[in-house]
Amino acid sequence: MIIGQIKDGIVLDHITAGHCMEIYNILGLDKLDCTVAMIKNADSVKKGKKDIIKIGQVIDLDFDVLGYIDPGITVNIIQDGKLAKRQHLSLPERVVDIIHCKNPRCITSTEQELHHEFRLADRQKKLYRCIYCETEAPKVSE
Amino acid sequence: MKNLIDIMQMSTEELQELINRALDIIDNPAKYAQACRGKKLATLFFEPSTRTRLSFEAAMYELGGNVIGFSEAKSSSAAKGESVADTVRTVGCYADIIAMRHPKEGAPLVATRTAGVPVVNAGDGGHNHPTQTLADLLTIYREKGTFENLTVGLCGDLKFGRTVHSLISAMSRYPGVRFVLISPEELRVPRYLITDLLEPNGIPYEEVTDLEAAMPQLDILYMTRVQRERFFNEADYLRLKDTYILTPEKLRTAKQDLAILHPLPRVNEISVAVDDDPRACYFKQVLNGKYMRMALILKLLEVNV
Repeated sequence: MIIGQIKDGIVLDHITAGHCMEIYNILGLDKLDCTVAMIKNADSVKKGKKDIIKIGQVIDLDFDVLGYIDPGITVNIIQDGKLAKRQHLSLPERVVDIIHCKNPRCITSTEQELHHEFRLADRQKKLYRCIYCETEAPKVSE
Repeated sequence: MKNLIDIMQMSTEELQELINRALDIIDNPAKYAQACRGKKLATLFFEPSTRTRLSFEAAMYELGGNVIGFSEAKSSSAAKGESVADTVRTVGCYADIIAMRHPKEGAPLVATRTAGVPVVNAGDGGHNHPTQTLADLLTIYREKGTFENLTVGLCGDLKFGRTVHSLISAMSRYPGVRFVLISPEELRVPRYLITDLLEPNGIPYEEVTDLEAAMPQLDILYMTRVQRERFFNEADYLRLKDTYILTPEKLRTAKQDLAILHPLPRVNEISVAVDDDPRACYFKQVLNGKYMRMALILKLLEVNV
């Protein structure tokens, strides 16, 4: 299958197979007017299968969100049909207002103006804990 | 250190510094009697407490300082819907240091952002209670002269007891410490303490249900209350509630230099007949809590004596 090259835009490569819709929704790509192509289960040398999202314009991406959801993603910025920048993501040390603490005893449950902030407690286990009550964050795909 | 929210914020060196200061206060109370003259401690207790609030207040008075504050949320602006951030920002204009207890976990951390003065967590829900751990640690140090090579038994409700979790975390940093975790199956320590702390660091521990069988090996016995409301099954509670009542008979096989601790309040888990045993340290622990709070106030206010 051939998807046309983009002149200016972003290619999210090496998305874990099956996750592209989730990323599409979380990044709000449905709100864009430009071309957005999603490729599911493409062949990957590294991962066997992968998903790819091609966005037909350069937009501001929240790398913390992307890194939290799928730290294996590669972000390719395309300008004038050429690769201008490539960024490999990793799990961010902190994520703010991406996930919400579900502990009813947490201060965030009553003080609405507080940001929901989680810190990376264990990189290997991809474990985040609420900075206020240390409750474990649910995995994003759960 | 500007605030104390979690005991694990403090290095073992900082803890020792605080303990040394507390020991000096015990030996030379007159030297510290005016150390905080002109300073004010605000005790913001959004939920009731007897020991902790009075201990903080006594500590500040013994340092020559003054105390303002409230002892329940309904006598504060929280009852009108004021946020924690605004309350402490206001109080920070009046006081030099704040000790805060709040039913919501993380509230003292929120307070540190706007208070403008040091904040001490005096208990946030079931989360942290670092100054209780300071009391526990000074008691262990005074009784044993060291934190190293001790077998620490913790008995009762190990699942929900915040003081248990903090003490395990703090003591796990000393070489040669091993833990005997004595509880009913239903109230074992949270798994993360095992998988994230004890096992990765190679700290020896065993989980048992029989207090008397564990007794002979213990250097420290930290008793906690088995709480009825934690059980789903009344029959289980009735079966277990008396298992962990410490009596002189159960201490027959204990070491002569065992130290028995309890964060208090107790209900019936330590028989009053044990109170006269020289190994009972739980009321010494109360006093030690005051000395450690004095040392902490001095440190956070950067008062040199």
